[in-house]
Amino acid sequence: MMLRIKRVPTVVSNYQKDEGEDAARRGGGCGRNCLQKCCIPGAKLPLYTFKRAEEIPGDKCVLEHDDNQAPVAFLDSLLLGQWEDRMQRGLFRYDVTACETKVIPGRCGFMAQLNEGRHLKKRPTEFRVDKVLQPFDGNKFNFTKVGQEEVLFQFDASEDGEVQFFPDAPVDADSSPSVVAINVSPIEYGHVLLIPRILECLPQRIDRESFLLALYMAIEAGNPYFRLGYNSLGAFATINHLHFQAYYLAVPFPIEKAPTRKVTTLGDGVKISELFDYPVRGLVFEGGNTLQDLSNAVSDACIFLQDNNIPHNVLIADCGKRIFLLPQQALGEVSSELLDTQVNPAVWEISGHMVLKRKKDYEEASEENAWRLLAEVSLSEERFEEVKALIFEACSYTLSEKEDEHLTQGAGDDKPPLEGTGSINKGRNCNMVSGTQECLVLQ
Amino acid sequence: MEPPQLGLIEQSFNSRYSNWAREALDELPDNFTITDPCISGHPIVFASRGFLKMSGYSRDQVVGRNGRMFQGPNTCRRSVMEIREAIREERGVEISLLNYRKDGTPFWMLFRMTPVFGKDEGRVIHFVAVQVPILRRRQRRRNGEGLCGEILSNSCRREVCSSSSVELAGVSAADSDCRVTALEIEEKCEASDTEKQLAATAIRNVLSVLTHYSESTGRLVCEKRFGPSFVSSSLHISLGRIKQSFVLVDPHLPDIPIVYASDAFLRMTGYARNEVLGQNCRFLTGVDTDPSALHQIKQSIQAQQACSVRILHYRKDKSSFWNLLHISPVRNATGKIAYFVGVQIEEGSVDRHGLSPEMRQLSVVGSIKVAVRISSP
Repeated sequence: MMLRIKRVPTVVSNYQKDEGEDAARRGGGCGRNCLQKCCIPGAKLPLYTFKRAEEIPGDKCVLEHDDNQAPVAFLDSLLLGQWEDRMQRGLFRYDVTACETKVIPGRCGFMAQLNEGRHLKKRPTEFRVDKVLQPFDGNKFNFTKVGQEEVLFQFDASEDGEVQFFPDAPVDADSSPSVVAINVSPIEYGHVLLIPRILECLPQRIDRESFLLALYMAIEAGNPYFRLGYNSLGAFATINHLHFQAYYLAVPFPIEKAPTRKVTTLGDGVKISELFDYPVRGLVFEGGNTLQDLSNAVSDACIFLQDNNIPHNVLIADCGKRIFLLPQQALGEVSSELLDTQVNPAVWEISGHMVLKRKKDYEEASEENAWRLLAEVSLSEERFEEVKALIFEACSYTLSEKEDEHLTQGAGDDKPPLEGTGSINKGRNCNMVSGTQECLVLQ
Repeated sequence: MEPPQLGLIEQSFNSRYSNWAREALDELPDNFTITDPCISGHPIVFASRGFLKMSGYSRDQVVGRNGRMFQGPNTCRRSVMEIREAIREERGVEISLLNYRKDGTPFWMLFRMTPVFGKDEGRVIHFVAVQVPILRRRQRRRNGEGLCGEILSNSCRREVCSSSSVELAGVSAADSDCRVTALEIEEKCEASDTEKQLAATAIRNVLSVLTHYSESTGRLVCEKRFGPSFVSSSLHISLGRIKQSFVLVDPHLPDIPIVYASDAFLRMTGYARNEVLGQNCRFLTGVDTDPSALHQIKQSIQAQQACSVRILHYRKDKSSFWNLLHISPVRNATGKIAYFVGVQIEEGSVDRHGLSPEMRQLSVVGSIKVAVRISSP
């Protein structure tokens, strides 16, 4: 049985077009009510501000809602209501709830969905698939080009420490808003994109602040069936503009049910375990003395991986209490077996939710096939042990501001990306990106 | 085999639906039979005019007999087994089947059967079976399956060959499309979507009559086994978390009854749960309710679309209120519509956290869609 992983980019915005078509037309005053300088002034979107927490809010994630409709359910309602609204306005390319879905029989409970509309066009990939860090390119599609009707609300930390909702807040470019937008080719109901600091046009790479934002979103939604996911470049991200995805599925994901083995606890209380008896090798982060500790541990691990050109996926589950980090094999090293299912093993697939384009694949979907497909992208046991050790070193370099200074040397160095063991690329200050890539991050 | 006394047969039908129901059923154009599994031999207790015409038998020749009388040498045994299993498990089935007329000519038809439960008894009272002749030949070869195609070709070819030499001209012009040649018998005949639609409509028609007339005898029937809430217990749990007023109705059941009502709905309308479950929502309407609003709701359900109406509704205590009602189809794991949800907002009520009533309603729809999405029928 031959397995081949084909990159099949999906359309996430109604304004995504083929490169050739669009480049010529691009110019000011698009008349499309987008998020660029032409249309932003005067734009208004709902704004949800969350309260920063110093501790992990232990009981934020409640399944029972009390009768006075505590604010913890509010973001959930806002997101679902806005999504349903866009659905009724016809902004999605298809009705995802009309796609048949089932649990594949077996131990793991992989889920398969027959979705013929998601991969309607096969387009050449917009960037190299062998580099995790690549500079932002304004000429390619990015989320500032989406129509404002695809944006559901702005999502940011509250100024005064209180949860607040403004149904009609002006979009203030200077405050660098983060937004939640719909994915017009949804995998499931409620499929959205969280785009941190959208106007800054950050490339697809993790930084501490953005990851913390994603974690806050999981917490604020307070729904264990609402998860966030991240795909690095090289791990089947399709757009090089920093974004997380999220959607609802009211059953546990196979990865969430997979057994884990504790590996270590960091100094700041973050507990790290590893998956076993699961097709993809990965780590699970939990705990931490504060929310920031948990967030930073994962961010730092991701930053290490991206600095060393190791593609990876991240799943934020259990209302932000459990975070899965899954490094992937470099694509060029995937075995040459062929399976033409056009399933990209990105974060959702790795978590156990497969979206299949062809009826035949859906009907023949088996745990064995799914396992084999996912196992293709997993690091080998040996390589995983290496990477794991390096990640721990990277994480235990979580330092205070003072000690950071001498590590920022990495910014100017031309350290080549690493594939094997060896020294760690230490330039992890979130304001700088080390390596040979051009950096368009602006603070 | 001695057919059971006609007295028992008649009683099976009349005591449940009354004699008047026969007239109503005779007005339906569809082909169907009603059988009683509780009488020994599982006999037919009613056969429609259309069925008799299709099969070529008279009423006396059919009532009191078992459905196997219409099967013949080339009827697929595996399909018969499927029907038998469905009867045993008291569930519905839809399958293509080869039947034989009185004059011995075979024809393919789409056989769709559904159980009818006694509301009080909680058990199967009758089975309703609808037969839609498959007119347009649709052949489907099943590779590698030991299905009727292969069985027929292996064991029945001789009979097929011999009967092919028999003149089939005795069949009337109207039936000519159903006439099956020797070659066609060997291959399983798949019904078209139109034919399936016809079957679904026919079932609905028959059940509608039966449930209506069962009300007059007081011995109610329904298509699903009656339980405390009609939806599965796991769905019940997830819906219970939604604190707003809403109901779920099942458009597949006759008269589109409520199958779930939230506590907030009961509070808003003043009814108890057992007073609303199984009922059509029309009990909320009253003298001053605008019929065009009702019409709009009905149309939306038929068009399988969402709609918002402002409608005057009445509580149990007869007081009225303006209901900003939003209705939307809700699909389950099959991708097909399982329910419609109706979310009620009393005009003038305020949402504490700043969501507009419309947005709040949509969020309820969204939550319900998420819950129902992963449930199977």
